[in-house]
Amino acid sequence: MLSLLIVVPLIAGVLCLAVKAEGARWIALIGTFVDLALSIYLWAQYNPDGPQWQFVEKAPLGGGVNWALGIDGIALMLIVLTAFLMPICIGASWRAIEKRVPEYMAYFLLMEALIMGSFAAQDLFLFYIFFEGGLIPMYFIIGIWGGAERIKASYKFFLYTLFGSVLMLIAMLYMAGTAGTTSIPVLMAYEFSKEAQTFLFLAFLASFAVKLPMWPVHTWLPDAHVQAPTAGSVILAGVLLKLGGYGFIRFSLPMFPEGSLQFIPLMFVLSGIAVVYTSLVALAQRDMKKLIAYSSVAHMAFVTFGLFAMNRQGIEGAMLVMLGHGLVSGALFLCVGVVYDRLHTREIDRYGGLSDNMPGYALLFMVFTMASVGLPGTSNFVGEFLSLIGTYHASSWAAIVATTGIILGAAYMLWLYWRICFGTQRNADAAAMPDLSAREWWLLAPIALGVFWMGIYPESFLRPMRNDVGRLMTRLERVQPAGDSHLTLGKGAVHMDMGHNH
Amino acid sequence: MGRFAPLLPELILSIGGTILMMVAAFTGRRGSGVTSWLAIALLLGATVALIGAPSHAGPIFDGFVGADLFSSFGKAIIFPAAAVAIIAAHGWFERGTEHASEYAVLIVFSAVGMSVMVSATSLVALYVGLELTSLSSYVLAAYRRTDERSAEAGLKYFVLGALASGILLYGISLLYGFTGTMSFTGLAAAFGRGAPTLGLLFGLVFILAGLAFKVSAVPFHMWTPDVYEGAPTPVTAFFASAPKAAAVLLATRLCVEGLGPATDAWRQIVIFAALSSIFLGAVAAFGQTNIKRLLAYSSINNVGFALIGLAAGGERGASSVLFYMAVYVVMTLGAFLCVLWMRDENGQPVEEIASLSGLAQTRPGFAAAIAIFMFSLAGIPPLFGFWPKLVVFRAAIASGYVALAVAGIIGTVVGAYYYLKIIKVMYMDEPAEPYARVREPVQGALILLAAILVSPLGYLLIGPLGSMTDRAAGSLF
Repeated sequence: MLSLLIVVPLIAGVLCLAVKAEGARWIALIGTFVDLALSIYLWAQYNPDGPQWQFVEKAPLGGGVNWALGIDGIALMLIVLTAFLMPICIGASWRAIEKRVPEYMAYFLLMEALIMGSFAAQDLFLFYIFFEGGLIPMYFIIGIWGGAERIKASYKFFLYTLFGSVLMLIAMLYMAGTAGTTSIPVLMAYEFSKEAQTFLFLAFLASFAVKLPMWPVHTWLPDAHVQAPTAGSVILAGVLLKLGGYGFIRFSLPMFPEGSLQFIPLMFVLSGIAVVYTSLVALAQRDMKKLIAYSSVAHMAFVTFGLFAMNRQGIEGAMLVMLGHGLVSGALFLCVGVVYDRLHTREIDRYGGLSDNMPGYALLFMVFTMASVGLPGTSNFVGEFLSLIGTYHASSWAAIVATTGIILGAAYMLWLYWRICFGTQRNADAAAMPDLSAREWWLLAPIALGVFWMGIYPESFLRPMRNDVGRLMTRLERVQPAGDSHLTLGKGAVHMDMGHNH
Repeated sequence: MGRFAPLLPELILSIGGTILMMVAAFTGRRGSGVTSWLAIALLLGATVALIGAPSHAGPIFDGFVGADLFSSFGKAIIFPAAAVAIIAAHGWFERGTEHASEYAVLIVFSAVGMSVMVSATSLVALYVGLELTSLSSYVLAAYRRTDERSAEAGLKYFVLGALASGILLYGISLLYGFTGTMSFTGLAAAFGRGAPTLGLLFGLVFILAGLAFKVSAVPFHMWTPDVYEGAPTPVTAFFASAPKAAAVLLATRLCVEGLGPATDAWRQIVIFAALSSIFLGAVAAFGQTNIKRLLAYSSINNVGFALIGLAAGGERGASSVLFYMAVYVVMTLGAFLCVLWMRDENGQPVEEIASLSGLAQTRPGFAAAIAIFMFSLAGIPPLFGFWPKLVVFRAAIASGYVALAVAGIIGTVVGAYYYLKIIKVMYMDEPAEPYARVREPVQGALILLAAILVSPLGYLLIGPLGSMTDRAAGSLF
């Protein structure tokens, strides 16, 4: 089943190369829809109270490597997110990409296969191969179909991420040598010595921090986003960044609990700087895509805050932030793409008053802006709220800094929205732009539905992950940080069960 | 006959090669096709003849050479690689060269030399094998003698190679003088008697320096870019593959079997050579505009990784070296076959990287093949070129050389830049003048085969190849 999830896009990708532009578009769309159907089937079949690893497959490749696949709830949700965004990406490229279409579609499908593989891999090296392999198609997508500075951006993207990852490879080799296994589930319960954990954590941090990205290694992201074609940005923000967060949950926390504990202050400081600094940078941007790119860095800091709070709310919140941000940032990049396709500029000043001539666009853009700000009822609210609660229990100072991110986030997003959709129409060409086409509605409306679904009834998404987070908590129990925020009003510490009851 | 059974591959090649020389002399230019195909048949026959006694007989001729799995694994790489080098020359020398047919004969003799190299268990056999290979190589490098660059390459290679041989021979004489033995086992016994004396150390260093020249490891790499650039492309393809693999294997056997007890003495030298090769190979390739020169630096860089496996030591380390070289030979031959196909519309070879511009749009299949080889040489997963690097680093870490592995792997990131540059030129730049179509179906099939082997499908080979290298390395211990 999981193999099918990986193989279907691969086959579709190869087929794309054999046909002309129009055929490639349809093959890609069908391929991604089949994958979406498969992932929904997985979601339906997934038993949240069942064993930790489901849909397990295993076939030895020799040399100590296994084609071992299997997912838990966390991986499942990220797979669903990927499968959901992919057809949207293909749709977003339908007319925006006119040159070398078959190749383009093939790279997208290859990327889908590799991302699915990284979420499903249960073997250390298999994970690494998928994880790293994702660089190649993205390098091509940015480098061939990107903007004016695409070459530089593609190099920066490739070398930055590669540099982070190779250190992780060394750590993986060490782990495989010490533990004598490459099975991720086994390693998640393996006890490495304390000193080893320190180094292993740092090595994995090098990789995931670049991927996520965390301050100060985020500088590749704005370049990559600005230069990438719209669909490339969507997949980059929506899914590729999530690989970093997924890595923390899958590797760093369960495999090196002591190592993680030790570095909580570092992670909080880096996340705190990221929240404040990148939010301020976002405020100053004149390029829409760059602004959203910086906002991604800030949002990802909520993920690290939540994860390294090392409590249930924090981790569940971090997962929801990832899912929510995957939808919202993807949608925001699509919104930028919509106006970019019409006017071919991302300069904020070239727009204004779009709510007059593009009311439908203004409506959807508003939904996503509000979601990005974290308005209650939207996906990001739930995630950010939970991860802030988690952070608060770990360190109230960290929570205070993190909360400023929400305020600043509201500032730059609302200001962006105001400058684009409201105000006077200064530019005749912007004022003459037609409203959303049917195709664009089909791209954005499903995301909007997802955003509301996640905001109003997050339980659908939390349920499959609950037991896995629980298992992670048992693993982290012995190292859980004490926290400084135990309010005692007669009945001892405030009970932290909100995760179950909202 | 029984005594000679372990030598069957060498016998086939030497006797066959001698006859071929006659054929070549009498048929002249007309016979180049026949000699080539016969030479290929000889090499493939010799590969088949590896089955049986040549793999298991153990030491023969009083420990002069050893017929074990290690040597037959090496020969199983070398003979086919030599055959590919002959196929690569098809249609290359016919124009404007008087002696087109001797090319195949020289390759066959070189293959005999290499096969002695990988089975050598005494210093004499080591030297004889090395010289037989080198002498053939000097001639091959200057094969286009009317072409200035080729003649220069040959001369340069000869002068520097002779110097290196001298150094090597001096080292051998020192070792012989201080131990009174030529055999690897005797050397091991001598080194095993406690800390090596100054004389032994000098001998060891000189021998390693000579070998470093042959594998083109830094700091003895200076000849490589010039010779690779100047030599005719099929010859360059040959140099980068078989002789290099043979020399690395020879160094492995010498270090493990002969100098095993002195591991601490040679390990630091190997580590230095490995890291400096990786970094110099990566950094010096930055500014290159000629693809053959770039691939020369790439081969220096790659040898560095193989040497990391050697430095790791032990059975695992030796096995990783074998694994690395086996995959490296496929990658590099594939890459050079592609270079061979870069021809302008008059059919003249082109070597400028800039001429690859926009190849993905004019010749998508060709560009994809080059991209596969480049990503593979860079060691980027999911291509198979990643796995040998992983195997080497795994060996280094298992022996406790984590810092070495970290340094090496940072080298891969530095090196990735110039491989990416080629891919960028092919995929992201505007199309330049398209290349002429080359009608060489056999070469095309070989490129395809090599591309499939280093594509992700190659991971299916991990099992069989891994167990083969393990057993081959095990025969050294």
